[in-house]
Amino acid sequence: MGYVKRKMTIVKAVTCPVCGSLCDDIELTIENGRIVKVKNGCAMCESKFLSHNSEHRVLKPLIRKNGKLVEVSLEEAVKRAAEILAEANYPILYGWSSTSCEATRVGLELAEEVGGVIDNTAVVCHGPSILSIQDIGISSCTLGQIRHRADLVVYWGSNPWSAHPRHIERYTAFSEGRFQRSAWKGYLTKIKASIAKKKIESALRRVFFRRKPSVPPQPRMELPPAMFKEGRKLIVIDVRKTKSAEIADYFMQVEPNKDYELLQAFRALIRDQEIDVDEVAGVPVGYLEEVADLMIRCGFGILFFGVGLTMSKGKLRNIDAALSLVRDLNMRTKFVIMPMRGHFNVAGANTVFTWQTGYPYAVDFSLGYPRYNPGETSVTDVLLRGESEASLIVASDPVANFPRKAAEHLVKNPLIVIDPHMSVTAQMADVVIPSAFVGIEASGTAYRMDHVPLPLKKVVDPPKGVLPDEEILRRILSEVRKLKRKMLVEAA
Amino acid sequence: MELLIKNGFVYDPINGVNGEKMDIATRDGKIVENVNESKALKIDASGMMVMPGGVDIHCHIAGSEVNTGRLLRPEDHFRDFERKTPKTRSGVGYSVPSTFTTGYRYARMGYTTIMNPSMPPLEAKHTHEELNDTPMLDKATYPLLGDWWFVLEYLKDGKIEECARYVAWMMTTTKGYAIKIVNPGGLEAWGSGRNVSSIDDQVPYFGTTSREIIRGLCKVNKLLNLPHTIHVHTNNLGKPGNYLTALDTMKCVEDLASGDKPAIHITHCQFCAFKGSDWRTIKSGAEEIAKYVNNHSHVTLDTGQVIFTDTTTMTADGPFQYGLHELSGNKWVNHDVETETSSGIVPFRYRRKSYVHAIQWSTGLELALLVRDPWKIFMTTDHPNGGPFIYYPRIIAWFMSRKARETTLKKINPRAESRSLLPSTDRELSFYEIAIMTRAGQANALGLKDKGHLGTGADADIAVYNINPETTDPSKKYRTVRRAFENAAYTIKGGKIVAKNGEILRHVKGATMWLDVQVSEPIKITEEMKRRFREYWTVEYENYPVTENYLEVSHPTTIKADV
Ligand code: SF4
Ligand SMILES: [Zn+2]
Repeated sequence: MGYVKRKMTIVKAVTCPVCGSLCDDIELTIENGRIVKVKNGCAMCESKFLSHNSEHRVLKPLIRKNGKLVEVSLEEAVKRAAEILAEANYPILYGWSSTSCEATRVGLELAEEVGGVIDNTAVVCHGPSILSIQDIGISSCTLGQIRHRADLVVYWGSNPWSAHPRHIERYTAFSEGRFQRSAWKGYLTKIKASIAKKKIESALRRVFFRRKPSVPPQPRMELPPAMFKEGRKLIVIDVRKTKSAEIADYFMQVEPNKDYELLQAFRALIRDQEIDVDEVAGVPVGYLEEVADLMIRCGFGILFFGVGLTMSKGKLRNIDAALSLVRDLNMRTKFVIMPMRGHFNVAGANTVFTWQTGYPYAVDFSLGYPRYNPGETSVTDVLLRGESEASLIVASDPVANFPRKAAEHLVKNPLIVIDPHMSVTAQMADVVIPSAFVGIEASGTAYRMDHVPLPLKKVVDPPKGVLPDEEILRRILSEVRKLKRKMLVEAA
Repeated sequence: MELLIKNGFVYDPINGVNGEKMDIATRDGKIVENVNESKALKIDASGMMVMPGGVDIHCHIAGSEVNTGRLLRPEDHFRDFERKTPKTRSGVGYSVPSTFTTGYRYARMGYTTIMNPSMPPLEAKHTHEELNDTPMLDKATYPLLGDWWFVLEYLKDGKIEECARYVAWMMTTTKGYAIKIVNPGGLEAWGSGRNVSSIDDQVPYFGTTSREIIRGLCKVNKLLNLPHTIHVHTNNLGKPGNYLTALDTMKCVEDLASGDKPAIHITHCQFCAFKGSDWRTIKSGAEEIAKYVNNHSHVTLDTGQVIFTDTTTMTADGPFQYGLHELSGNKWVNHDVETETSSGIVPFRYRRKSYVHAIQWSTGLELALLVRDPWKIFMTTDHPNGGPFIYYPRIIAWFMSRKARETTLKKINPRAESRSLLPSTDRELSFYEIAIMTRAGQANALGLKDKGHLGTGADADIAVYNINPETTDPSKKYRTVRRAFENAAYTIKGGKIVAKNGEILRHVKGATMWLDVQVSEPIKITEEMKRRFREYWTVEYENYPVTENYLEVSHPTTIKADV
């Protein structure tokens, strides 16, 4: 029997290509070209690194022939994709938040070349945030500032514990900064206490009542002692008691779709105006005042906001109010605000779009120069108006998450998908080109939610014949240019 | 590839050539003695001026703050756009143009080299990615180091050599070119919402002062033999009475100068040349500053001229930008960067009829005219802070023509007009002096040996302007001058014609220049260092450096340091 020596390497400081926290301290163990162990990552990170290769992977380029997707060579798929784009009058190029900046850069050149509309997933998450920033501006910083200085951390409409699992530990309340200590110990005690309390309560219930108490306890009726504690404080404001809310020093439950009222009430309070009602958005004014006071008295406050705010009723108004609140707070103290970006490189997509075209998303090249008018030039609107003639989707699954009518128009026309997965959109496509996972099988750059650029590493080889997005796009672009030259010659 | 520019009036101040009729030959991207006339591509420059390609010592064109400025201002771009052509990429303007457009617009004016002056080290990759997408120009960028914790800590302990080693590491790591200092101490204080108000204020928590930072980094600069001096944006920028701070800043390194070599560059000096005690009493401090600069050889300046237009202000000076927001009520962006710096952005319109803005306009020109030696003061607008760079030709006209100045003076706020020193200033600059203030002097101050001149061996970066200095009196024909500088007849980059009469003929990449600073004992990246790194920043040491693959055309210069 032969003895096979197992080759094991450890790669340190890998950037996690999952969420906008972009933790860059991941340690991977690679054995025989496969990732076998993930250190430092959260569950989402582990599952991405360990299972990227197993589920729903496309390995061969596909083209729809007679209604069925059949395997073809890469050349044929690229050629077909180029034909579709070159022939379409008004193509859409969409996705970009889960790929590298380098790929997006080529994507923009391609969009310009074919005179299409290029858009990124911000259009369905933080689009309103961007529009508000363009109106009001934003007082912000990098995450390290928060770690070093923030003594008040507020998450609004965002549940980092589940969606950005290491955010609190790496950058905010539980991190250790130069001027601020981690609040971790306090929370441990608190969690233990609350577990003990719950146990006792349920024991009591079992013994004495054997039924649920008729009036649920109102934790927000009493001011938690944490409000008066020294050091960092964590506040969570949300419509439901999330995991993040449970560990917070103070949880403020806002009635659904009432965020705007609550924000405006805060704005009034920090300008020392009286509020004439007993409660706002389900929150008693007494507590509001207390928290407003906390905001004014803190040395450095941060408000993180998530899709709970950008996608709830009033979208734009909500963000306007939040940005204004924080701006106003700067008259009293230092305060910053940051959107919790979801996809690991949505910030990068916005960044590259902006430096090449002046605009962060929804860019229309049909007149030969960049035009921007969200509501008109955003892909969802183009689709809803039924105007596009073909689409190229990169690392995104719009059929699964666009409005139904938009998705319908998308699949009605020629559709090209570049994706490592056989996504729902890919299943409906006319051309599918498999791509390497950027950050695992391909290198590149991504921007963290605070705009810090980080390198994405290639740690293992992609499956044979599978190329990175950037390279696939380059080939399509060069094929498009060839076709256009040919069309010119033929026309002449 | 050979090129011969024939019969132009050549202005090459570094080589003492003042409008003589000469031929300029280039081969493979360099200026050469002569070429084979029958083989070379010829440009007939008779009746035109030939100058080295323009050099801009300070313009914000790339990186995090610039890009956020673009994002913040869709209204800035809507009316000003450039269409895609078979040769060029599309883009938008106006005060914060997209990257391709930036490159083309500079090239049209005959500029070939620019310096991007404020790069947060943590976000250096972003700056370099944008520089890669800024065509037509060679470029370099200055890392912001004045409020970097490492610098503050080593300077506090008086460890100059240790500090120098870290600065060397940082320069190479971020692929930077010069030490940039902005509101020293004030930016760290701004991290907690505070500021400093003189060069002797204590930086909260760090036990050091602005004076110590400036002096310390000036010494470091010398120890490292960097080609440029420290590049300083003073404390109290944009505040009435701040000409005193500017003078303090220049004075505080007086004793550190060796010989006639400059030791400090005060950037966009107009913004720190305000006399008076408040906005009502504000007036120009140009006379005092010019007097000091005329009597000392260790200082260079750039003007930071104000243009009456709508623009976007952006600096690393967070507290200054906040002040501007409070003053104007305009939208405001703040972006503090951990362990290093801050930044802010506020759109702004300079109005002729505003007393303060008109005083600022006058002050910028006064500085340029009252500083006698053109090798000491350079033309900038601190783009886009004083106005977009596309207005340089207008400034040239003001420099060269009393009449041009008077025409504008008549239209400004009358109180400002009556206080302006311009009516009593007869000086009109010559083309030779313009060539110094827009290229030769800037290249000289930057230590760019191959730029800003047309001597053998220099880079073949050349501008040909369609104006005949023998028949045109710039004092009277200032509009002709302005038009000639707006669209160079030919812009030659690396020996290739890239623009002609305002049309871009070729999209070329241009290199990114940076310093590979070699110290005898480079800092060691020990586990201890990595731990410290993790404490200070939220990224791993391994992911911090701008690796050379981030530079599409990398052009390092090796510098041997004295430590
Ligand atoms: S928090 Fe986000 S970036 Fe960090 S390890 Fe988890 S999924 Fe990855
Ligand atoms: Zn500047």
